[in-house]
Amino acid sequence: MIGDVMKFSFNFDSDVQVLLPDGSKRSLLSFLLPNAILMFAALVLMVSMMLPYWSMTLKAPQYPKGLKVNVFVNHLEGDVREIDSLNHYLGMPPLDEGGRFERSISVIAIATLGLLLLAGVFVHNQFAALFALPALGYPLIFLADLWYILYQYGHSIDPKSALGGAIKPFTPPVFGEGKIGQFGTFASPEIGLYFSIFSALIVLVGLWFHRAAYKPLVDARKRAHASKATA
Amino acid sequence: MKKLAIAVLAFATILMVACGGQGGAATPAATGLTADAAQVAKERELNADDIYAALKTYTPSGKLDPYIMFSSGGQSGQVLVIGVPSMRILKVLAVFTPEPWQGYGFGGGGEQVLAGGFMPNKKPILWGDTHHPGLSETNGDYDGQFLFINDKANARVAVIDLRDFKTKQIIKAPNAVNDHGGAFVTPNTEYVIVGPQYAAPIGYEYAPLEQYKEKYRGIITFWKFDRSKGRIDPAQSFQIELPPYWQDLCDAGKKVSEGWVFCNSFNTEMATGGVELGNPPFEAGTTKNDTDYLHVFNWKKAEELFKGGKAEKINGMSVIRLKTAADEGVLHFVPEPKSPHGADVTPGGEFVVVGGKLDPHVTIYSFEKIQNAIKAGGLNKDAFGVPVIPLDKAMEAQVELGLGPLHTVYDDKGYAYTSMFLDSAVARWTLGGPYASKHPEPGWKLVQKLSVHYNIGHIAAAEGDTASPDGQFVVALNKWSIDRFANIGPLLPQNFQLVDITKTGESMKLLYDMPIGMAEPHYAQIIKADKLKPFEVYPQIGWDPATMAVDPKAITTEKEARVERKGNNVEIWMSVVRSHFSPERITIKKGDKVTWHFTSLERQRDATHGFTLSGYNINLSIEPGMTETIEFVADQAGTYTYYCTEFCSALHLEMVGYLLIEP
Repeated sequence: MIGDVMKFSFNFDSDVQVLLPDGSKRSLLSFLLPNAILMFAALVLMVSMMLPYWSMTLKAPQYPKGLKVNVFVNHLEGDVREIDSLNHYLGMPPLDEGGRFERSISVIAIATLGLLLLAGVFVHNQFAALFALPALGYPLIFLADLWYILYQYGHSIDPKSALGGAIKPFTPPVFGEGKIGQFGTFASPEIGLYFSIFSALIVLVGLWFHRAAYKPLVDARKRAHASKATA
Repeated sequence: MKKLAIAVLAFATILMVACGGQGGAATPAATGLTADAAQVAKERELNADDIYAALKTYTPSGKLDPYIMFSSGGQSGQVLVIGVPSMRILKVLAVFTPEPWQGYGFGGGGEQVLAGGFMPNKKPILWGDTHHPGLSETNGDYDGQFLFINDKANARVAVIDLRDFKTKQIIKAPNAVNDHGGAFVTPNTEYVIVGPQYAAPIGYEYAPLEQYKEKYRGIITFWKFDRSKGRIDPAQSFQIELPPYWQDLCDAGKKVSEGWVFCNSFNTEMATGGVELGNPPFEAGTTKNDTDYLHVFNWKKAEELFKGGKAEKINGMSVIRLKTAADEGVLHFVPEPKSPHGADVTPGGEFVVVGGKLDPHVTIYSFEKIQNAIKAGGLNKDAFGVPVIPLDKAMEAQVELGLGPLHTVYDDKGYAYTSMFLDSAVARWTLGGPYASKHPEPGWKLVQKLSVHYNIGHIAAAEGDTASPDGQFVVALNKWSIDRFANIGPLLPQNFQLVDITKTGESMKLLYDMPIGMAEPHYAQIIKADKLKPFEVYPQIGWDPATMAVDPKAITTEKEARVERKGNNVEIWMSVVRSHFSPERITIKKGDKVTWHFTSLERQRDATHGFTLSGYNINLSIEPGMTETIEFVADQAGTYTYYCTEFCSALHLEMVGYLLIEP
């Protein structure tokens, strides 16, 4: 069936076949396909690094355009300075101080996730799933860490600041609306996060095709071993 | 086919009417107003014209004006920035006069700019009689980059950078005592031209009035503008010596007449006054002749002479002598009728229009005819050897407009608009020649006179003195307002009246009266708002408006804020951000020489701070990103406060610090 699909979509030469240890043959494309999908997942993950993952928008009467900070895996963009300037009245630490460690390792860490996905291409058995697991879990790890950073942030209020004494520790919402003074806050996921989730879904698809391709190979190898043993 | 088209049109009209009717159930058909609006109109006794004017000018909150008018601030020495058509004052730019809100002249960089315009002996001049703003031009159109304005009283000119709407340079013309015919720019702002007014011996020399003809002179200055530096370069500038004829208003030729400049004059009589001695007063002496002289300058030729070393250095300034100018074809005269005023070049540069204060006509000179007469040669010369082109050899037309024609501006439909001082009116008349096909009327004809209130001086139109006027609006700059505003005592505001010129024919309508209660402005220019691209905040923290670049010595973070002492010299680096200065406590000793740097760490639009130090006549405006430096000697011991003078935040009152000066 897979071969049929490939013929339809790519029109590869179906005469090129892979000879399995038990003498059966399978289309080369059935092996190339999961590799391509996993590589594509890695690519999507890499692209996500260049896009914002999460944003916080602040709205107040005297900011007709609002204030927005876009959070990337390795930096912050937008009205960071003005938000910090306002936050200092509340005794909140500068935005830049939250998740500093995570940002410092993010590029290497995500690149590693991508490399692990690529490594999965060379693992021709069920252990490939292990290599893909970090990329699968990555969006959840990101969100959990974001919650933790926000928690830390809302619980590091400097009591010596102008309004510090008046504010109880709080955790800004990861998604949705909040209110601080005259500011309405809107936290929302951004395209980079969607890319990372999309990448994880592609990994799932890739693993399904990976299993479809290599399970017969593993089985054939077993059968070949078995027949050698009986012979 | 035609019938069908008409039927379709008719049907479409019915549909539109029907839909319109559905949309406004509460609309009285007769007025087109809602019941509420009709009630207001009734109560306020507004007629249909008033409602039209209101709709043309009312600008709801948050909507912006499509045009910006830069008006001379008259004796205030400043420049007014006004939105058109709302006629709201947006800002009063500090130019020749100290202005505390902008921190101009109370410590900081403004003091250096002002000092640039002090007298040669360094005597301070802290006001100006601003007359004619001139926006920088590219190919004869406003480019929105710079604004120049003259100070008539002291023969000075100022350069305003429209990136931050701040005065960057004031420069005093050597050899000139006063000026009037400026600031006008050449079509690509190569030169900022400032013509003279009352003749005087060159460079403040003494000479008795008996030597008027021999010693007194007019002097026109061609200030070279260096666009990349945003400054006038006096070393590349030159002046031309002129007869003592009281040259008045000038305009640069453009398009076909590029390379030429035209100035009217009004004292070829060379009257020297002395009413107290039984002589005719100036007002009579200068109006004796039936004609004065339109001055026609070939500035490209003058530039050639200057660069060729044919100019003489007088008081450090290169001056082309009158004889050289006359002999080399730099200067020609053409007679102009009775007490002329204004010299306004048409958009294509083909004609120059001159009004006659005491002549009912405007006289239109043809540049082509002037050129032909110059080429033909054989011209008579005046008493100073300047060739004179006969009026009939240069005149294209005369249009009778009425009493007191002064200044002329243009629109996009081939109309000219002339201010009529004695008639208190704006005259719309048609240009001929290449403009004749743009309007329904024949060329060189008066079309309409609209009463204005009262005694109109200058007139401004939307881009109305450029190579491509916009039409839309004319503003009458009236000298008297008499009964137009509530009585606020014997000194009355001026009246800027906005006039609608959108339609052709006799359709000009008065739209709005704007009182100017701070001086008597002269000329104004109206630029399309989208041509202006000013900063919202200074581009980077530590930006020095004087150099329009980051000051490498400015601090950019609060951490760098500090006080350093070297002997008696104390240097303070202070950060400024909502809602605190850092440092907040400074202790120095009496007699210390203090250099105090400020940097705003703000990036938010409108987050401006002020700084004042009690007892030291210091006030600064510290705008987002800006750096500023003040210097003073701490000559009074004691306890002083400094605080933010611009309400910056909820904790603005808390933005304060102590300067302790130990005895």
